[in-house]
Amino acid sequence: MSALLEVSGLVVAFGDVRAVRGVSFTVGEGETLAIVGESGSGKSLSSLAVLGLLPAQARVEAGEIRWDGTDLRAADADRVRRLRGEELAMIFQDPLSALNPSLTVGYQVAEMFRRRRGLGRADAGRRAVEAMTEVGIPDAARRAGAYPHEFSGGMRQRVMIAMALALEPRLLVADEPTTALDVTVQAQILRLLRQRQRAGLAMVIISHDLGVVARAARSVVVMYAGQAVEAGAVADVYPAPAHPYTLGLLAASPSARDGDRRVRPIEGYPPDIAALPGGCAFHPRCPFARQRCRTEEPPLREVAPGRSSACHYAEEVVSRGATVGHAGA
Amino acid sequence: MAQPSATPVLELVDLVAGYRTRQGLFGRRREVRAVAGVNLAVHEGQTVCLVGESGCGKSTVARTVVGLLRPIAGEVRLDGRDVTGLARRDLKAVRRQVQLVFQDPYASLNPHMTVRELITEAWRIHPGLVPQDRWDAELADLLERVGLNAGHAARYPHQFSGGQRQRISIARALAVRPRVIVCDEAVSALDVSIQAQVLTLLRQLQDELGVAYLFITHDLGVVRHFADRVAVMHLGGIVESGDTEQVFLHAAHPYTQALLSAAPSVDDWRDDAPGGEIVLTGDVPSPLDPPAGCRFHTRCWKAQQRCRADEPALEIRDTAHPVACHFPAPLPLVEPPVR
Repeated sequence: MSALLEVSGLVVAFGDVRAVRGVSFTVGEGETLAIVGESGSGKSLSSLAVLGLLPAQARVEAGEIRWDGTDLRAADADRVRRLRGEELAMIFQDPLSALNPSLTVGYQVAEMFRRRRGLGRADAGRRAVEAMTEVGIPDAARRAGAYPHEFSGGMRQRVMIAMALALEPRLLVADEPTTALDVTVQAQILRLLRQRQRAGLAMVIISHDLGVVARAARSVVVMYAGQAVEAGAVADVYPAPAHPYTLGLLAASPSARDGDRRVRPIEGYPPDIAALPGGCAFHPRCPFARQRCRTEEPPLREVAPGRSSACHYAEEVVSRGATVGHAGA
Repeated sequence: MAQPSATPVLELVDLVAGYRTRQGLFGRRREVRAVAGVNLAVHEGQTVCLVGESGCGKSTVARTVVGLLRPIAGEVRLDGRDVTGLARRDLKAVRRQVQLVFQDPYASLNPHMTVRELITEAWRIHPGLVPQDRWDAELADLLERVGLNAGHAARYPHQFSGGQRQRISIARALAVRPRVIVCDEAVSALDVSIQAQVLTLLRQLQDELGVAYLFITHDLGVVRHFADRVAVMHLGGIVESGDTEQVFLHAAHPYTQALLSAAPSVDDWRDDAPGGEIVLTGDVPSPLDPPAGCRFHTRCWKAQQRCRADEPALEIRDTAHPVACHFPAPLPLVEPPVR
């Protein structure tokens, strides 16, 4: 499969502080990749950098972002803006803040067709209703005349998806798309996203929820303190993680499916990215840590075909996790 | 966990509570019954989880239990004694028994007070609980218990991380030696590694002190891991309750089944194509205007004529597993509805 999006060695900095420290990932045509991590891990910044939507204080300091062969960092702003929306689209956690409260929902969806496709008012309106119907908004013709506050959270997220998909992009970046939603509504949105995946849309899903990732993505990148610490297929990583942080995250996640599993916390707190510990950033919290981990930063390396880990003792972690189960880590 | 004694430490009897609201600027005032007749018992040393989606009334239950909201009808009993009609003076002693830990430790701790002031404030309000010459020793002991130390006492809330602030909130709740702690989404805002720390701490405190928890959450993973008993709430009423494993393995109410099916889990990587998934259509109806009959019928795939007219009562079927549904799943279920 050819790479649609290729990010390598990405560094995002706020002044002197590097919040993303050399992240690489690839999304192929029609693939879904999840980037998972806790607050401050740099997962959202990585995806915002791809779309050229970083906050003003942040800048891409190094690395390459290639879209379908084109270097986006070198491309001019106009071209990036055209790509965004046409080929790359994004949805956010909070659809209410992404919608204009004083315009009807239908107008905002139609605007995509008017501005980007040059359609007239009536045609754009018709396309907007079609797009809203497509994402499961019932009675879309009537609902198009309503304002964002008249929609529930789940329906607003559907509107965002309708807008994002309006121009038939090739990649959708979804940043915590269901975090603000109730669990039954979350299931509806995840199902909608899955339908789009099956139809061939590539996705990058940013999430803190390992359960959502398990349901929504085929491959996963785990981030900690601005770095990718593990990457691989969900079906390989979850049963036998190759990084102690992944192992710890899985063991700490309570499961509604398993009554016997007891959650086990990761000791300590995530580091301040402005004052990272020496060596491996995870070593102060790591049950596997040894002298070497305090001084030598482990690079992300391939530990099995299609799997990589940034741990000196990845092989040991895999065998430990697989033999005793997550809860025994 | 202590053996449940005959009288629950906390009991809600036909509790009705809610708010007055206005629709539009000049609309008529209306009463919203966010809690429409709830019965629930929490025994000493036990954890009862109240689980439901936004607007189901679970936080209103919490506010009513700790006395922040007066119920419209029904009783809140502590050790068998109704405390809803008590005079202010008597309420103080009662309120000490039930403490609340909020979701957001950023908003619930006064930023101008040190940890020492936040915690000793409780002893100032309830004199006689801890004599003043014992404050420092007691404070150090409390901080130690929640995984902090005496050196933290002079610091302000902003100097702590979210997880540490939640530990301070827990220490403050424990300071007055309550029998019950109501946790309203107390771990929902925390990252998963920190959430597991706080859950482990709460369990350890329960083992040491015998405190009971009424744990309010939307997270079914947390429920299964943490609760002895669970009550599933939907639009102001409890639709199903029972021992946690019993309810998770043999959910009988369609809403419980849908919730369990919808909850993402770290074990979901096994299901490549979740075949038996129940996905409800439509939105949760507004609590301002709940549907007639069974309040779930607008989203229920089993709903029949009777469900649109008669509201099903919460009926006990076997020993302790009540379900409010006209057409509950038969007992015993051969297979759990999940997967």
